[in-house]
Amino acid sequence: MIVSKKIVLHFPVRLVDRAIVYHLIKDYDLEFNIMKASIIPDAEGLMVIELRGEQANYDKGIKYLTETGVRIQSLGQNVLRNDERCTHCGACVTVCPTKAFKLDPDSRLISFDAGKCIACGLCLKACPPRAMELHF
Amino acid sequence: MSKTIEEINDRIRRGEAVVVNAEEIIAIAKEKGIKKAAQEVDVVTTGTFGPMCSSAAYFNIGHSNPRIKLGGGRAYLNDVNAYAGLAATDLLIGANALPDDDPRNRIYPGEFNYGGGHVIEELVAGKDIRLSVTAYGTDCYPRKKLETLINIKDINEAVLFNPRNVYQNYNAAINVSGKVIYTYMGILKPNMGNINYSTSGQLSPLLNDPYYKTIGIGTKVFLGGGIGFVAWQGTQHNPSAPRNEKGVPTRGSGTLALIGDLKQMRPEWLRGTSMMGYGCTLTVGVGVPIPILSEEILEYTTVTDADIIAPVIDYSSDYPNMVANIIAEVSYADLKSGKIEIGGKQIPTASLSSYSRALIIADTLKEWIESGRFLLTEPVESLPGIESGLKTKPLKERPVTE
Repeated sequence: MIVSKKIVLHFPVRLVDRAIVYHLIKDYDLEFNIMKASIIPDAEGLMVIELRGEQANYDKGIKYLTETGVRIQSLGQNVLRNDERCTHCGACVTVCPTKAFKLDPDSRLISFDAGKCIACGLCLKACPPRAMELHF
Repeated sequence: MSKTIEEINDRIRRGEAVVVNAEEIIAIAKEKGIKKAAQEVDVVTTGTFGPMCSSAAYFNIGHSNPRIKLGGGRAYLNDVNAYAGLAATDLLIGANALPDDDPRNRIYPGEFNYGGGHVIEELVAGKDIRLSVTAYGTDCYPRKKLETLINIKDINEAVLFNPRNVYQNYNAAINVSGKVIYTYMGILKPNMGNINYSTSGQLSPLLNDPYYKTIGIGTKVFLGGGIGFVAWQGTQHNPSAPRNEKGVPTRGSGTLALIGDLKQMRPEWLRGTSMMGYGCTLTVGVGVPIPILSEEILEYTTVTDADIIAPVIDYSSDYPNMVANIIAEVSYADLKSGKIEIGGKQIPTASLSSYSRALIIADTLKEWIESGRFLLTEPVESLPGIESGLKTKPLKERPVTE
C-alpha cells in the first residue's frame, strides 16, 4: 500500500550539515517533495516534506530518521492564535519561515494565515505575550 | 497665540475642547497650517504599548494574626521572587523577577514563560495570587511562616511604580554574527537576517514633546488602562543625546518614572511578556496628553515617522561589549515599511511595540478628555532638559582590594 504524508523534520544543530534525507531515497525507496527548508549553520534546521512510498518502507524511513535524532512532527497539528493575548506587536512577522504573519500597512494589525502555517512552532516561543498556541 | 492649561481645562469642563491624537494632528497641521491648527486644537494625545522592563508593583497586604514581618524575610508571589526588604507588610515585585526553580538559560534559550510581569497582569485581572513567606520571627512579629491567597480587591494598596518607561527613541537591533541570538529586542537571525525595533514613533509621548516643555513631574497620564502620574524623570534619563534640527533625539534619550493605583488598571494594558533567551518583562500601555499652549508646542506634535531617526546597533558583539558603533541610521517610516536596505541587502523588519494598540491608547485618552472625565495637570516641576547637562554614564568599575 502506498502512503503519502506531510511531515515537519526538525534537525538538531549536530545534524544540520549531514546528508540524511538522501538515505530516504537510497535505502528506503521513498519519494519526497520538499515544501520548505530552512537550514542555517549552528542553528536548528527545519524541513517540511511530503513523503511518499510503500507503507513498510515509509515506517522504516521514519524509524531511521527518529534514530538519527531528527524530531518528526505531523502536520496534523494546528497552530492557532489566541486573539485575547495577541497585542499585534509584530515580533512573529520575521520569525515565521513561511510568511504566515502579515502586517497590514494601514491598520498596523498583524494577520495570521493558517493556510500558510506549517506548524513548525517557531512563533510559539518568539511571541512575547505567548499568544500562539499549538493544538492537536 | 498662547493658551494656559487652566483655559484648556475650562474648555474640557464645558465639553468644548478640541482633542486629536498625534497621528491626526499631522494632517490637520498640513491642511490648516501651524498657526490655525494651534488656535483650534487644545490637546494632542499620544500613546505607546511596548515591553518596559523597569516596571514594578508594590503592595501592602495587611497584617496577619499573629503578625509576621516580611521585611528581611523571603516572599514569593505564585513562586516568583518578590522583594521583602521594606516594612512588615509591604512587598514589591519587579517585572523581571523569576521563580527560583526557573531553569533560566541553563536550557538555552530559556523560555521565561512566567515571571513578575505575569504576576502583575494576573493580579490586575483580579485573579488570586499565592503568597508564601518565611520570616525570622520577632517579639512583636512572632510568626515565621505564611501561605495564603491574596487578591487585589482585598489588599490595602496596590501601586504600579515604574522607574523607567516610555523611552524617547531607541535602538533598532540587528545581528551581524553567524548564529541566532536571543535578546531583549527579540530573536535576531544571523548575518543581518532581520531588524527589530520598538517604538510607537509619531505617536510616542516624548517624541511629541522633545524638549519636555509640557510633560513634567506631576503630569497626569493614561497608565495601564487607568490613571497615573509622572513621578520623576526615569532612570537613564539622557536629555543630552544628539538631536536632529527639529529637536527630536536620534538616540535613546529621555525617560519617565510613572506611578499609579494598580486597582483601577486593566490587564489588557499591563501584559506579562516573555522574551525567549532573555527573560520576563511587562508590556505597559502609556498615553500622555500634550496641551497645545503655543504654536511651538503644536509644531513639535506634528513629528512624523519620517522625521524620527533610529540607530541600527549590532546586538551580537557591539551592544554586549559597549562598543559605540552604529551600523546605519534609519527612519521609523523606513522601519515600518517592513524591510530596509543596508549594504545592498534587503532586511525584513519587525516591531516589538504595538502601533495599533498605541493608537487605541491615544484615542481612549482623547475620549476621556472629550467627555470631561480627564483634566490636564500643570507639572509641579520640569524634567531635566538639555540645560541640565545630564548625561547617562557607564559603570565605573574599580578593583576591590580588601
